[in-house]
Amino acid sequence: MFIAFRDLRYATGRFALVGSVITLMSLLVVLLSGLTAGLSAASVSAVSALPVGSVTFEQPADGSEIDFATSSLPVDTVARARALPEVTSVHPLGISTGRVTKDGRTSAATFIGTDTALLPEFRSGTAPGPGEVAPTAGLAAELGVTTGDRLTVGALALTVSGVTLDTSFSHLPVLYTGIADWQQLAHTSTITALGVDTSDRAAVDQALGTRTTSREDAFAGVGGYTSEQNSLDAMRWLLIGISALVVGSFFTVWTIQRRHDLAVVRAIGGTPGYLLRDALGQAAIVLLVGAALGAVAAIGLGALADGVVPFALTVGAVAQPLLIMFGLGLVGAAVAVRTVATVDPLTALGAS
Amino acid sequence: MSLNLHSVRVTFPDGDHRITALDDVTVTVRAGEMMLVTGPSGSGKSTLLAVAGALTEAGSGTVSVAGTPLAGLGRSQRDRLRRTRIGFVFQQANLLPSLTVTDQLLLIGHINGERPAASRDRARELLARVGLTAKEGRRPHQLSGGERQRVGIARALMGRPALLLVDEPTSALDHERGLQVMTMLAEVTAEQRTATVVVTHDLQYLPLADRVARMQDGRLTVEDPSRAVGRAQM
Repeated sequence: MFIAFRDLRYATGRFALVGSVITLMSLLVVLLSGLTAGLSAASVSAVSALPVGSVTFEQPADGSEIDFATSSLPVDTVARARALPEVTSVHPLGISTGRVTKDGRTSAATFIGTDTALLPEFRSGTAPGPGEVAPTAGLAAELGVTTGDRLTVGALALTVSGVTLDTSFSHLPVLYTGIADWQQLAHTSTITALGVDTSDRAAVDQALGTRTTSREDAFAGVGGYTSEQNSLDAMRWLLIGISALVVGSFFTVWTIQRRHDLAVVRAIGGTPGYLLRDALGQAAIVLLVGAALGAVAAIGLGALADGVVPFALTVGAVAQPLLIMFGLGLVGAAVAVRTVATVDPLTALGAS
Repeated sequence: MSLNLHSVRVTFPDGDHRITALDDVTVTVRAGEMMLVTGPSGSGKSTLLAVAGALTEAGSGTVSVAGTPLAGLGRSQRDRLRRTRIGFVFQQANLLPSLTVTDQLLLIGHINGERPAASRDRARELLARVGLTAKEGRRPHQLSGGERQRVGIARALMGRPALLLVDEPTSALDHERGLQVMTMLAEVTAEQRTATVVVTHDLQYLPLADRVARMQDGRLTVEDPSRAVGRAQM
């Protein structure tokens, strides 16, 4: 990359300009990735925290999809499922939303009724028994409650048995309770779904007349989750595509501008491969530096925004979109600079 | 002999017709010899350089550079020949704008896969030869036209070529600078033992040549320098 490095130093302004565009694109892509992950966690972290492989819903009506909001199973489904040879564990799940109050402070929450096996890790206290509830840390802080305090849900007064790590469902913090108490809170005699470990989902569904999905596929049953994630993913992909086009456009113009110089290098013995390696190396440096700066800025902004907006960044959430952006940008650059291989060295002598 | 053309003919399509750029050209240029080629625009001078420099294939006839026949060479073999046996000096110097004077020369070493230290020594030596040691860190836009051409000459010599092909080196220079460049070309031809072909419109430099050839409608006529000078003065 003899020429590439020197071009980068010489045409600093031009490369800084395209580098800034890539930085901004990468900043947006990583911010969107963080937002996507944050919103995903706010929407389904209570489901993803369930220590089971599958979730069994009521069989949806024709043309409908699984939905925690509409699914309703008789309580005896638990016993029927336990009797199946393909099933190794079964836990009832009740999910509803409502308001919880403590000394005048009110907060919206998702009530999840289940048995102790499906509860998340506790920060303090113990699993709720009859007449008890366990709020997540965020909800406990919002209401200002600790273990032993009393909460009011509707006409029911419940004691806080402990505080769990943060989970949320459909963008609401979770209040965990036993299934019997949940049925009282939700004014129902049924349950919403089952948390199941099974080797054969189809057999479970055949025996119970239900719809069983993997835990991850069950995310689609959380209202708005799929459309929310699809919208954010569409934005991310659009940005990644735009950045590939921007990089491709820049290198197209750049290559056209220096066609005569490239012809000179060909005339003095530079091979098409030499020119291609140089040009692609240059594009890779611009992409890498631009994307890295954007990622660093996004991580910094994400840290500032943490707690204000749902934002979650993991190594994967940063690396994956950046790698895709880098790869697609390089493809865009490759398409743009491929013409360097066809530069006619004769033009160095003034031929047109 | 470093350049030999025998009965070379080159034609190009021109609408429904073909124009003959080189017509039965036969010439030999030996190591240490500088031949000036004159002639009007469109007479075939640049085509002669292109054929000799392995940039264009001859339609018929034979071309050999440093004993290597060009007929049948593939693109990569031609690239290698240009890298290792041929040096070009272009009309406008054609230096790369982002490279310093030293880098213009080191690029040749890099393309040839030479050791950087060896390339640097050779570049230093050549820049001293063309009197540009003090300007080795400058970029092309910081040099005068004559200095750019001298860098072009040094770059062309970097790969130790057997054949030096020079295209209108003085067209953008005043008389004094043009004379300096042509004198330098004559000197390095003798020192480096290159076979040098210089295409020029300018007849005032004919006395510097070992031989003079005139192109007219694709035909090349080699003349004795003294006769050519006399004819030019008439």
